[in-house]
Amino acid sequence: MSEQLTLSRRQFLVSSAAGGLSLAFHLPFASDASAQGAATPEVNAWVVIKSDDTVIVRIARSEMGQGTLTGLAQMVAEELECDWAKVTTEQPTPGENLARKRIWGNFSTGGSRGIRESQDYVRKGGAAARIMMVQAAANEWGVPAAQCRVSKGVISHAASGRSTSYGKVAAAAAKLSPPTDISLKDPKDWQILGKRLARLDTADKVNGKQVYGADLTMPGMLNAAIRKCPVFGGKLVSFDAAAIEKRPGVRKVVKVHDDTVAVVADTWWQAKTALDALPIRWDFGQHANASSESFAKVLQAGLDAADAVVGNSNGDARAAISSAARRIEAVYSYPHQNHACMEPMNAVARFTAGRCEVWTPTQNGEAALAAASEASGLPAAQCEVYKINLGGGFGRRGAVHDWVRQVVAIAKEMPGTPVKLLWSREEDMLHGRFHPVTQCKLTAGLDASGNVTGLHMRISGQSILAGVFPQNIKDGKDPVVFQGLNNGGGEAMIGYSFPNLLIDHAMRNPHVPPGFWRGVNLNQNAIYLECFIDEVAVATGQDPLALRRKLMTQHPKHLAVLNAVAERTGWGKTAADINGQKVFRGLAQTHGFGSYVAACAEVSVNAAGELRVHRIVAATDCGHAANPQQIEAQIEGSFVYGLSALFGQCTVKDGRIEQANFDSYPVVQMRHMPKVESIVMPSGGFWGGVGEPTIAVAVPAVMNAIYAATGKRIRNLPLAGQSLKRA
Amino acid sequence: MKSRLNVNGSVREFEADPATPLLWVLREQLGLTGTKYGCGIAACGACTVHIDGVPTRSCVRPASTVGANEKVVTIEGLSPDASHPVQKAWVALDVPQCGYCQSGMIMAAVALLRDKPKPTDRDIDEAMTNICRCGTYNRVRAAIKVVAEGGNPRVAGLAIQHADGSVT
Repeated sequence: MSEQLTLSRRQFLVSSAAGGLSLAFHLPFASDASAQGAATPEVNAWVVIKSDDTVIVRIARSEMGQGTLTGLAQMVAEELECDWAKVTTEQPTPGENLARKRIWGNFSTGGSRGIRESQDYVRKGGAAARIMMVQAAANEWGVPAAQCRVSKGVISHAASGRSTSYGKVAAAAAKLSPPTDISLKDPKDWQILGKRLARLDTADKVNGKQVYGADLTMPGMLNAAIRKCPVFGGKLVSFDAAAIEKRPGVRKVVKVHDDTVAVVADTWWQAKTALDALPIRWDFGQHANASSESFAKVLQAGLDAADAVVGNSNGDARAAISSAARRIEAVYSYPHQNHACMEPMNAVARFTAGRCEVWTPTQNGEAALAAASEASGLPAAQCEVYKINLGGGFGRRGAVHDWVRQVVAIAKEMPGTPVKLLWSREEDMLHGRFHPVTQCKLTAGLDASGNVTGLHMRISGQSILAGVFPQNIKDGKDPVVFQGLNNGGGEAMIGYSFPNLLIDHAMRNPHVPPGFWRGVNLNQNAIYLECFIDEVAVATGQDPLALRRKLMTQHPKHLAVLNAVAERTGWGKTAADINGQKVFRGLAQTHGFGSYVAACAEVSVNAAGELRVHRIVAATDCGHAANPQQIEAQIEGSFVYGLSALFGQCTVKDGRIEQANFDSYPVVQMRHMPKVESIVMPSGGFWGGVGEPTIAVAVPAVMNAIYAATGKRIRNLPLAGQSLKRA
Repeated sequence: MKSRLNVNGSVREFEADPATPLLWVLREQLGLTGTKYGCGIAACGACTVHIDGVPTRSCVRPASTVGANEKVVTIEGLSPDASHPVQKAWVALDVPQCGYCQSGMIMAAVALLRDKPKPTDRDIDEAMTNICRCGTYNRVRAAIKVVAEGGNPRVAGLAIQHADGSVT
């Protein structure tokens, strides 16, 4: 603990705010001296075993529905060789991680990183604990550890016929030095990992017992409702507290920062209704006239501007296009979107002179701790964050903890009293961290035979990093903009080769705050490229699959998932009619978050122009599959998220977001939902994410199928206002 | 002034402004937080409870308009031990992801299956208008069909391995 305090607060904040790993974690498989004194000593940071053989696996990443809690526990349990039926989990706090020199590594849960970036050290944590357990039994019996075997938490020594269980040797094992030589199992020997196991956290989600942040209550707790200036960048001028102070339950009206006001009351409903009645004057500031139309003009100008940074290039695309026998050009766009987690942002805070505690659903407990520290003015070591189950995250609860700063500011006004801040849906919709808005102009040069000689892809628009982590912008470049378009790197690579290629970005940042929205920039980049490839195929009289295959010869893993969906759907053969309607198909593929994904969508459009998405076949090569049934759930879920862009968008008028609730922000519902067939095809040798990549192929596959059905090329979302009647 | 509600088989007393929605009385006065706030305008269904068996969006229903003889059932009152067939199907198919919308989903599904024990896909589309952002719709549909077809979760074909060794 004392050593930890030598880390400066600034060092900690910089590190956690960047979501980086600049503080390497320390002795990851050692147990902690103070933890040794606990009634049940930990074997190491990841594993605690009780005398009744219950195994507690520590989980550092946040569970928000994506199943990482179960997947990470499977990883530890696999190497630990324990009985899966006896596994439970617990989550260390960010404060404990800080005090123990980040022994649990990174808490950040985004970018589909939970499994793939933890897998090595959590599996080694399990393996180290197993080795220590066996050694403890061997020591007790006076036999070589190599002669002992272990299965499902039972250690046995065949020659002497002795056996014992993990629960009996855990205390002795905890006192041993951790092993230095740890090898991991061959995936072909996995018994727990890679299996279609049920989640560990389902039971309390069907009976109302699961506690979310919004459900928290504690003795003496008050409730706060909040309103930030509806125009981004606007300020609070004044409010008339006297007008509402006598309302039942109202305790305090609090100015929060310079742009927000909160009402604290006995119940949230009292606070919310009082806030609704509070006269507030705002200074809407310099963006009071901004609109989506004004952004669109700025972005449009960026499509041909000189100030672009290059993300990927080879050859000389401009020359190839200018000298081409034929050119094809198209402009696409993707709108702002809100995460719209079902549980609005919320937190409980309790502030005293020397301590600040926050209970909140967060995708990054360490960043929440940094926010609490900054907002309270107390060193991180005097703050603590308790992670509460998340009612959805999707990127909203990871990088920016605006609601944590707010609740701490309110709690500081009422020292000693726990205060729960819950955003209304309207506040959540108006003050999201929005999916960035971009446009993209694609220009292809073709030779006389219809071969692509050059491709220029100009992205114009918003940078997430510029709004969230500006320190990560280097030489004017936001590398995240080029997700799915990179030449190599293993994270998000383009799956085509062109003799001449230029992909560049003209950064244009509207005043709407951007954020990492599930799928991030892969969403629109896959739409832009995959729909344009379809346009090239049509313009050159080629089958979209055949053209892709020609361009993908140097990208076998991309091609393998594409081929898988083509084969499963019977691409090239006419689909059977559904309800008297002809069914048409569209393809898309991409690579993102370390995984290769492809989709084939089957749609029909009736005479009235009504779209029906019947089925999407999706293939994912995530290298290793921790839990295929949960990967299937993630694929289905990500399609719901991605396809919602067909229906809804966030638009700006008078500087503010127009869509304040689900009545104006339509999302995919049961009646829209296609049948989803998932092909999980791990090829081994790498670990890819599964929470996000398939989002990106859903929409372009559907858009390409719409073209096949109608001859209409959709280049802007949502579909509302665009006729799909056959041309 | 004290008011009364019959919730999950008990008569409960509470004090709240007459305009207070049933949702907030359940959550803040009666401590029944299984029923969720999602939108406040009856658009998302997270707050669905039963009033005399009718699925009702409690976020827009003033608690003072619920009669003393009307029986309110929330997710906590569906069964004492998650043994309702819908809850069992939900567990068997690992339906929830984040789970926040699932109380409302389950209450809507229970009402649907009582009214239409063998719902068609169209019935399911029309009755299940709850919003789920994690995207559990296909498993919700599969679980409803499991109940409709007698409760054997294997008909869904998900092959999920449970800790007790069973496979559904």
